[in-house]
Amino acid sequence: MDKQKVLALTGNQAVAHAMKQINPDVVAAYPITPQTTIMEEFSNYVANGLVDTELVRVESEHSAMSAVIGSAAAGARSMTATSAQGLALMWEELYIASGLRLPIVLVNVNRALSAPINIHCDHSDAMGARDSGWIMIFNENAQEAYDATIMAFKIAENERVFLPVMINFDGFTISHSIDAVSILDDDVVKNFVGDYKAPYNMLETPTTVGAFDSLGGFYYEFKKVQEDALRNSLPVIQEVYDRFAEISGRHYRHLETEFIEDAEIVFVIMGSLTGSVREIVHEARRKGIKAGLLKVRTYRPFPEKEVVEILKNSKAIVVFDRANSPGASYAPLCSDITNALYKERFIKPVVNVIYGLGGRDLELEEIEEALKIGIDASNGKEYPEKIWISIKGKEVD
Amino acid sequence: MLEIRWHGRGGQGVVTAAKFLTDIALFQNKYFQAFPEYGPERMGAPIQAFTRIDDNPINIRTGIRRPDVVAVLDATLIGTVDFLNGLKENGTILINTPEPPEAIRRVLNIENKPYKVFTVNATHIALETIGRPIPNTPMIGALVKALNLAPIEVVLEFLEKSFSKKFSEEIVRGNVDAAKRAYEEVQEG
Repeated sequence: MDKQKVLALTGNQAVAHAMKQINPDVVAAYPITPQTTIMEEFSNYVANGLVDTELVRVESEHSAMSAVIGSAAAGARSMTATSAQGLALMWEELYIASGLRLPIVLVNVNRALSAPINIHCDHSDAMGARDSGWIMIFNENAQEAYDATIMAFKIAENERVFLPVMINFDGFTISHSIDAVSILDDDVVKNFVGDYKAPYNMLETPTTVGAFDSLGGFYYEFKKVQEDALRNSLPVIQEVYDRFAEISGRHYRHLETEFIEDAEIVFVIMGSLTGSVREIVHEARRKGIKAGLLKVRTYRPFPEKEVVEILKNSKAIVVFDRANSPGASYAPLCSDITNALYKERFIKPVVNVIYGLGGRDLELEEIEEALKIGIDASNGKEYPEKIWISIKGKEVD
Repeated sequence: MLEIRWHGRGGQGVVTAAKFLTDIALFQNKYFQAFPEYGPERMGAPIQAFTRIDDNPINIRTGIRRPDVVAVLDATLIGTVDFLNGLKENGTILINTPEPPEAIRRVLNIENKPYKVFTVNATHIALETIGRPIPNTPMIGALVKALNLAPIEVVLEFLEKSFSKKFSEEIVRGNVDAAKRAYEEVQEG
């Protein structure tokens, strides 16, 4: 393992640095807060000749995704970045990227969707794209965002995968905050990412991509193959995490846990506010409360078997969702957790905490409140199935 | 963990000040975080920024509610923004003002509180050294003295290195002088 230098960088600077080291063939992007500073920084690298990337400045996110679909189909290593409304505008293209099995990397700096208009973090943007067939990885801090960006092409371009990858991290909380980030040597990253050879080259051999497939065709079978590919990518993603550990010393897993062995109440969360929940879990342990933490990194494909393995001995589960699914039983992450448990016939008290929408801070006191609810649930007392923990003006008894 | 909450107005370099301290923390092999509270970013509107420094990795990413230190870059925020909110019992206040600490204690009605109060005329120093009323670098100099954060020579060296990337030699010199003067002139009381 080579030595690394530690820099004080914002999350967006760290990701731009990773992009510089990856040196993708094509990047197409349109500005949107809080993503913009990634492309601002990266376009400096382009202008200063530090990368060979063809930077395409498009007129919308719809065009940004269209451009990288075109370049990826032509065999170029292609990348883009966006947030919120930008991701929403890419929506129809997201399905085309995954349907065409193109190994595109998209950095999504998580932000709320309008209305009311709001530039701050939540995971609604990513959850809107949840079923588009992309691999989705959530990151807690700038270091993880940097590392995940470097790993993304290794996952996407693997011949057992050939799927687009979405790297998520929280807007402002990570994207605009200065953090200590360990930076790998340029050559180490270059060797790790390696050269990309597309399975076909449409410039040499004219190829039809995304042809019309009518009722007598294979659309249905194709979707089944796509589903299999996404599910089968799970071990490949772990292999890439493992290989990355060899060059960085940082060993990632689909799921990260703390105090899970004997945990009675388990908090489940993903993203930057995992740290605040971790603090409360540590504090609970100091008081002798058997709390545990499950952080979800690989969100799609959902590592359901591992989730069940981790949660099956708990007495109550508190799932923190930074997005809602209006009118559904639970918000997205909580639905995934309860589905996974139900499939394996584990029925337990589950509390779904809605937090952080539109950048609302999750206060430590609110996590303590969630812990109390979790303790009640684990003791067979009544508990709310879904709670909006940060609502203003709520009654306090 | 040291938690500093910065208060000022858009355009005074509040965020730059919050972030600059991380360079010093990095040099000292400490862990750190610095982030602004992003709201409507208008010139002159009250804004906050946060700096956390610790010997161990920092988990929490919420805004700072119980600061050890509040640094106020604009005395016109007195009576407008409740910047003492949540300040720890033995916390430190540093205010950019021509007034002495005793006068600030009276104005803030904290004469009998165990807070440590520091004042520095950062805007005046900035005008004389940099030629513009941007108080952030003198505030850094004053804070380094108030908290005994690091040897001032180290801080000035970092300031020079960091500013040289963006600004002319004249501006860099002005900023270094500003921080040094504030370090020398800050008053405690």
